[in-house]
Amino acid sequence: MSSTVVAEQADSSENVARVILSTRKLCKVYGKADIQVHALRDVDLDLHAGEMAVLLGASGSGKSTLLNIIGGLDTASSGSVFYEGKNLSEFNDRQLTNYRRENLGFVFQFYNLISSLTARENVALVTDIASDPMSTDEALELVGLKDRMNHFPAELSGGEQQRVAIARAIAKRPKILLCDEPTGALDVETGRLVLSVLDEVNQKTETTTAIITHNAAIGNLGDTIIRMSSGQIVEQTRNKARANVNDIKW
Amino acid sequence: MISVSALSKKFWREAWQLRGQILSIALVVSTGVMSVIVMRGSYDTLVVAQADYYRDMRFASVWSFLVRAPQSLTAEIEAIPGVNIVDTRVTFAARLDLDEAGIPARGRFISLPEMGRPLLNDIVIKRGRYIAPGGHDEVIISENFALARNLQLGDSIRAVLNGRARDLNIVGIAIAPEQSYVVPPGALYPEDERFGIFWMGREVLGPVFDMEGAFNEIFVSLSPEANELAVIENMDELLAPYGGLGAYAREDQPSHMIMQGELDQNRIMGSVIPAIFLLVAVFLLHIVLGRLISTQRGEIAVLKAFGYTDLEVGGHFLLFAVLSVLVGTVIGAVGGIYLGGLYIELYGQYFDFPDLHYQLSPRLLLLAAVACIIGAVSGALLAAKKAIDLPPAEAMRPEAPARFKPGFIEQLGLSRSLPSSARMIIRNFERKPLQALLSSWGVAMSIAILTIGMFMFDGINYLMELQFQSIQREDLTVTFDEIVDNSVRYDLEKLTGVSHVETFRISAARFRFGHREEEVGIQGMEPQSRLRRIVNADGKILPVPTEGVVLSDLLARRLRVTAGDKVRVEMLEGNRRAAQVAVSGVVEDFLGVSAYMSKEALGYLTREANAVSGAYLLVDNDKLNALSRELKEAPLIAGVASPALTLAEFEELMSESILIAVLFLLGFAGIIAVGVIYNGARISLSERGRELASLRVMGFHRREVATLLLGEQALITIMAIPLGWLIGYWLSYAVAITLETDLYRIPFVVEQRTYMISAAVILLSAFVSGLIVKKRLDRIQIVDVLKTRE
Repeated sequence: MSSTVVAEQADSSENVARVILSTRKLCKVYGKADIQVHALRDVDLDLHAGEMAVLLGASGSGKSTLLNIIGGLDTASSGSVFYEGKNLSEFNDRQLTNYRRENLGFVFQFYNLISSLTARENVALVTDIASDPMSTDEALELVGLKDRMNHFPAELSGGEQQRVAIARAIAKRPKILLCDEPTGALDVETGRLVLSVLDEVNQKTETTTAIITHNAAIGNLGDTIIRMSSGQIVEQTRNKARANVNDIKW
Repeated sequence: MISVSALSKKFWREAWQLRGQILSIALVVSTGVMSVIVMRGSYDTLVVAQADYYRDMRFASVWSFLVRAPQSLTAEIEAIPGVNIVDTRVTFAARLDLDEAGIPARGRFISLPEMGRPLLNDIVIKRGRYIAPGGHDEVIISENFALARNLQLGDSIRAVLNGRARDLNIVGIAIAPEQSYVVPPGALYPEDERFGIFWMGREVLGPVFDMEGAFNEIFVSLSPEANELAVIENMDELLAPYGGLGAYAREDQPSHMIMQGELDQNRIMGSVIPAIFLLVAVFLLHIVLGRLISTQRGEIAVLKAFGYTDLEVGGHFLLFAVLSVLVGTVIGAVGGIYLGGLYIELYGQYFDFPDLHYQLSPRLLLLAAVACIIGAVSGALLAAKKAIDLPPAEAMRPEAPARFKPGFIEQLGLSRSLPSSARMIIRNFERKPLQALLSSWGVAMSIAILTIGMFMFDGINYLMELQFQSIQREDLTVTFDEIVDNSVRYDLEKLTGVSHVETFRISAARFRFGHREEEVGIQGMEPQSRLRRIVNADGKILPVPTEGVVLSDLLARRLRVTAGDKVRVEMLEGNRRAAQVAVSGVVEDFLGVSAYMSKEALGYLTREANAVSGAYLLVDNDKLNALSRELKEAPLIAGVASPALTLAEFEELMSESILIAVLFLLGFAGIIAVGVIYNGARISLSERGRELASLRVMGFHRREVATLLLGEQALITIMAIPLGWLIGYWLSYAVAITLETDLYRIPFVVEQRTYMISAAVILLSAFVSGLIVKKRLDRIQIVDVLKTRE
């Protein structure tokens, strides 16, 4: 069938950062022989250190599956995922847990905070087990919630909860921050606030950030824009200048 | 084609998915049902069997022993108003000569008519045949003795009848209601190996014991309108000139009394324990099903949004409750019938009723099932109602994050140094304290059940220790055929290995106080008695009174007397004197009714100053066998008993029943504990799956996440332990009080071991439940959980 279309808009002479994570011929097939669903087909992806990548695609395009596999939450049917040269496909459950524990931060559409812990304690949950975390105060300050840190999730708005989730994700100083529809459950204003936090964190901490969204407007925030459809990467664009959060509209 | 509605498809699929939980609830139901139909069911079976047995054997209503009366007296007895049938017989104790070392065995020889069967107190021939007329050496022996001695039909046995040895041929092996429990004179407990019943022809026994045309035991049956007390009084009056020892009603017949005591105990245990089990099962059903349905809030909303009525939705969820109870009832009924059979078989060794078969009463099964249905449906209904009452739109929205606030423990500042996981556990606990407490209570009840089950053995152990270490300190008890002079002690002292002798007198008497009366054997003891002592329940030793009588607590309560009162004592032997005697003290003891006096004081009452009925001996251990041989040859000795041997036999019997009872309870309590803990953890898992998956995403290892989930259950279990001990302690106390019978009461003692075992069983159940849930947790698909909203 059709091969992946890769449109290189970036200047080839530009000094591109090293690749921190890459996938090669990544496939994910659900179901048994007669009713197979191909969630991913031969996906080749490179994430560069410090960049902000936005994966765009409609529902069912395979972007969440891709994120789950590179996040060590799911395993591929075939193909490989390399993180800093190590092949994740060969990791067992324990190694995958350690991989997430030491290198990754996750932000989800539905925050997934622990309701019985305060904002500060939700962040501490991660700093307690990380090897070189920032302080909980620092993490919450980064997302602008220092004054709300002793509140329980039920006492915070949706946007605030999502910012706690971001603080929780970045407090361990992850190499990669993976965000799955981080604004999906929020209104425009709050969504914009959350995106600006992600943008700021990316710039300040130089954490490689991958955001998946079905919202094309968000694409311009990224250094790289990756469009997915039917389990394939159909377009990959380098963005010369990232848009300002306040300029994007949806 | 049968059309299956989508809703019922949903039901069966989900029932299959929830099979683990449904099964564990069903098992709890089954323990409740099983305990009812096993324990209460076997009691019912025993009561019916007893009634049939008594009726078929024409078990007498009023009895009396006497010295000797002519057969012609029966006409006068028959004339007493209310007397229906009169029958008499000749009964004597005799020594057996079984050609063996050790303490000699004895038998009670009872006459049977050679022609026809006894009018009253018939026997059931289990093997062999009834005695034949003119069969001079024929004997029928009691089944227990035959079993203990491995005696067969056709075997011969030598007995010393009235001083002359005689070889008897066993032609039959039988049982009789009056001889279900044969306690030898001076003993506390049946000793089947050393004491048996021997039925022989009246024409043979009569002449041997000089009872031709006479009798020394008489009993009557009563017409329905008879006044039992009046009959007893009339009989006493007529029998007094013939040495009547006091007529007594069936309820005082020794074997019947023990059997009734056992049955009463069975009835209480058969009501108390199943009631607790059933209560716990009902409670668990209520809690567990309630929580299970709470987790289905979203689905209930969707069904309602589609237009299903509240009734249809409610009914759908109630089906889970009904299914659990039905499965449980089936398991309980099948298991109960099987266990009931075993239970009755076990009791069959104890209650030798002919034709004893466990019979399930459908009424009981229905009762147990209905109780469980009520518990299950009420719990399910309450939870389903909560979900049904919500407007569908609201129920479908993701539930707002649960409200938490720093709880009491944190406000105290105790948790500052605790890790996040411990805080999560504590806060979850503090947010739903009632739920946590109820779960704890459920686990506590299984600890309580174990405590009740085992405390009885602690009590009996204590009782036996007190009896055989503090009260009965002799090595051998010797009883004489008749009253002998106290000088017999010098003969006994000369026997091999005897280092100390104390003689005693036992004399039958009737105590009267006001309109109350009780018959009891007064024990006349040596004033400075070392071998037998009067010991209080707490181990305190009371001195033998120089004057007056010390009564056991039970006797004092029955007569309503206290220390200082004067009771009328009518001697039933010898000159049958009566006198006012002061109650000098009351001893709180455990076994039966007793009265203690000094031997001198008793001698004064009977006007037989130096008469003794037996002696307690202290013996060198290694000379015991030689002494037993000498005692066997000695004249006048009716019996020799060894407390140590009695204790050993008792302990053997106890250890068997302990094992069975403990296994039974362990199984039940374990199932209940697993039911609570497993379900608690499973429901927690479904309620908090999302949180736990989030933690896994953040890089928490499986073990860490499991700690968090199971930590809560661990806390519930640990809280349950002291609570369970407390409940168990008080329930045991209640059981101890209700179990008090005429023969004994169980001391209320709970040993540390009982507490430890009950806690250990629960911890083990919790551990097993935890392992099962952890397996489940390990299989959880992180991604799937996170994709769905709550």
